[in-house]
Amino acid sequence: MAIELKMPALSPTMEEGTLAKWLKQEGDTIEIGDIIAEIETDKATMEFEAVDEGTLGKILVAEGTENVAVGTVIAMLAGEGEDASDMADAAPADPVPGEGKDVGRPDASGEGSEAEIAKPAKKSGVKDPEIPHGTNMQTITVREALRDGMAEEMRRDERVFVMGEEVAQYQGAYKVTQGLLDEFGPKRVIDTPITEYGFAGIGTGAAMGGLRPIVEFMTFNFAMQAIDHIINSAAKTNYMSGGQMRCPVVFRGPNAAASRVGAQHSQNYGPWYASVPGLIVIAPYDAYDAKGLMKAAIRCEDPVVFLENELVYGRSFELPELDDHVLPIGKARIMREGSDVTIVAYSIAVGLALEAAEELAGEGIDAEVIDLRTLRPLDKETVLESLKKTNRLVIAEEGWPTCSIASEIVAICMEEGFDHLDAPVTRVCDEDVPLPYAANLEKLALIDTPRIVKAAKKVCYRD
Amino acid sequence: MAKAPKNKTPRSPAENLDFALHSLQEELEKTKRYDASEEQLKHFYEQMLLIRRFEERAGQLYGLGLIGGFCHLYIGQEAVAVGLQSALTEKLDSVITGYRDHGHMLAYGIDPKVIMAELTGREAGISKGKGGSMHMFSTEHKFYGGHGIVGAQVALGGGLALAHQYNDDGGLCLAYFGDGAANQGQVYETFNMASLWKLPIVFVVENNQYAMGTAVGRSSAETEFYRRGTAFRIPGMKVNGMDVLEVRQAAEIAFTHVREGRGPVLMECETYRYRGHSMSDPAKYRTREEVQDVKEHKDPIEGLKKILIEQGNSEEDLKAIDKDIRKVVSEAADFAENSPEPEASELYTDVLVEEY
Repeated sequence: MAIELKMPALSPTMEEGTLAKWLKQEGDTIEIGDIIAEIETDKATMEFEAVDEGTLGKILVAEGTENVAVGTVIAMLAGEGEDASDMADAAPADPVPGEGKDVGRPDASGEGSEAEIAKPAKKSGVKDPEIPHGTNMQTITVREALRDGMAEEMRRDERVFVMGEEVAQYQGAYKVTQGLLDEFGPKRVIDTPITEYGFAGIGTGAAMGGLRPIVEFMTFNFAMQAIDHIINSAAKTNYMSGGQMRCPVVFRGPNAAASRVGAQHSQNYGPWYASVPGLIVIAPYDAYDAKGLMKAAIRCEDPVVFLENELVYGRSFELPELDDHVLPIGKARIMREGSDVTIVAYSIAVGLALEAAEELAGEGIDAEVIDLRTLRPLDKETVLESLKKTNRLVIAEEGWPTCSIASEIVAICMEEGFDHLDAPVTRVCDEDVPLPYAANLEKLALIDTPRIVKAAKKVCYRD
Repeated sequence: MAKAPKNKTPRSPAENLDFALHSLQEELEKTKRYDASEEQLKHFYEQMLLIRRFEERAGQLYGLGLIGGFCHLYIGQEAVAVGLQSALTEKLDSVITGYRDHGHMLAYGIDPKVIMAELTGREAGISKGKGGSMHMFSTEHKFYGGHGIVGAQVALGGGLALAHQYNDDGGLCLAYFGDGAANQGQVYETFNMASLWKLPIVFVVENNQYAMGTAVGRSSAETEFYRRGTAFRIPGMKVNGMDVLEVRQAAEIAFTHVREGRGPVLMECETYRYRGHSMSDPAKYRTREEVQDVKEHKDPIEGLKKILIEQGNSEEDLKAIDKDIRKVVSEAADFAENSPEPEASELYTDVLVEEY
């Protein structure tokens, strides 16, 4: 059967090209791999190579013709035993419908509109499990809570292991993995060389291979070297594989500013990771959430970025003594109920927001404090419910203001809570500068309680 | 001052005295080619031919606009995937590669229809049309992709190997990458950890001579890639990647070494890609004569065809194989063209596994 030779698309963006030159003439024998013609695209001159053998029949588009649409029949090729000269002159010279670029991609407007696209179901009404009456409370640091969460999950599931710099023999650069090597041995508590990109990739690959790695970064500042694996390898794989290949890995470590360590060691990556579909991003504040969400993160089938805070590691909180304290991912927590203004915060800023609420109470302002706990997926219902009640909202975030979680909350309030607003939603963040070293400048750059108080009073028109 | 030109005819790695880690190469030098049964030879031939015909058709469909984006063809390199993967233990060993991945999937016996349908972005594609040419996976076959970031698959492969070691399942990981990826930092980070922890992994450099448009000599200070594991105490092998029997023989040696718990192996397969880096590459960085010379003198399929004919197969027998394969490929192409695109409702599926 005669084969139609069509104007090829030679790049992802090519829609038409110039048929620069015919290198074979009518009647020539064509072998596979022969160059038949030269075609000029918007980028380069390309050779048009034969993928079938036969005899070149009628040439339908003369050389030098410009703007030949992709898919246009440019010549006929006769197969074995066919007479090339017999071939109809009437072969279509126009592009065959549906054989240009991007066939099948509907350009009819309306198709695939938002109304038809089913967004994933969201679990609603999920609450933290009730703490049974009479449960003993223990006082524990965030550092211990994180370690206990990991240890419990390691006892529960053989596939769970920890890897990272200084996690084993040194007992953790910030002592979060203290004691794990003694209990679980070097197979499950693995010291890595200082090689973030490499071990983040190995951890991600191990998750693809069926294990449950916890990859510790000494700080998330160093994870920037590894962000490619977190985003390109871990976050996207389930989607790119059509749901075949999971990647249940937890990337954890301290995030954001510590104390006087300068700009390179003092960045909050919450907004970065929270912008990536395919990731779960958790940033707990107290020991209750640190442990409960750490256990949830390890059990989670999706890749998790778990952002801790060095300055909070040593703080003590009450934690119920339960056999299995697991909290829901994606749910914010009301830390303090109030009716006049909502302060939304996460991680270390929750502590500042609670302090601010105390101060505001002294001035007759009843503030509600919400800890987001999970930054992705964000629990906007809890935020909007609170806004409905207080009609005023401030976001407190230890991080830069531009393209921040705070910005995201502002957008949500504008889009979905506009009718409930009595004042502009206000961001209280760090100053928009790399974090300085000098003590006085560092203090100036970082969010603090007075700034939150001031913003809350402003949205209450009490300043 | 220009340096004196390098000696262009390196000695065999086995005789190269400043290359210490040559024990595996010495073994390969003893018997260079795998002693395949007649049935195996035919199977290799069929698999290589399937890859070639499939890729030719993919190129055609790209030209027709049925395949979009980037599409990297494996034509010329067939012996590497077929030689290595034929030596793996099915359902046990894992494989991972970069974006030039169609050949590795076909060498695994994965249905050409679902691969082609992925290339055309259809619902029936192996990734439901959401991955495309560079992002295909088959966990059922322990094929872990299909990765578009150059070199990422090496570290991920290290993780797969770690999982084999952790589970003590006796399996190994085969991690392919190109001469271009061989200059990425994470490759060496992985070499270090793989050797330190004696991970069961075979690193395979498919040296097809060009990192996109940059010839090996213009991008690499050390062009003998098999030596690049030396600093990490990883033994190296240099293999003619255009000879499926030599590749298979090298695979036997490397896999035995790894399965004995002796740590990783770095194998360089010298090969050549006939087509451009991707479909939109005019390949002006090399001469047509150079390509033609490889096709005429080193073609892996023609090489094996000669052996099959020497063994008494007729041209007609082999033509019949070709005909059958063309039919399989045509059916795959028809399937890929006629399958529907994914439903709009698939847009938000598979972003996350769980509901929150």
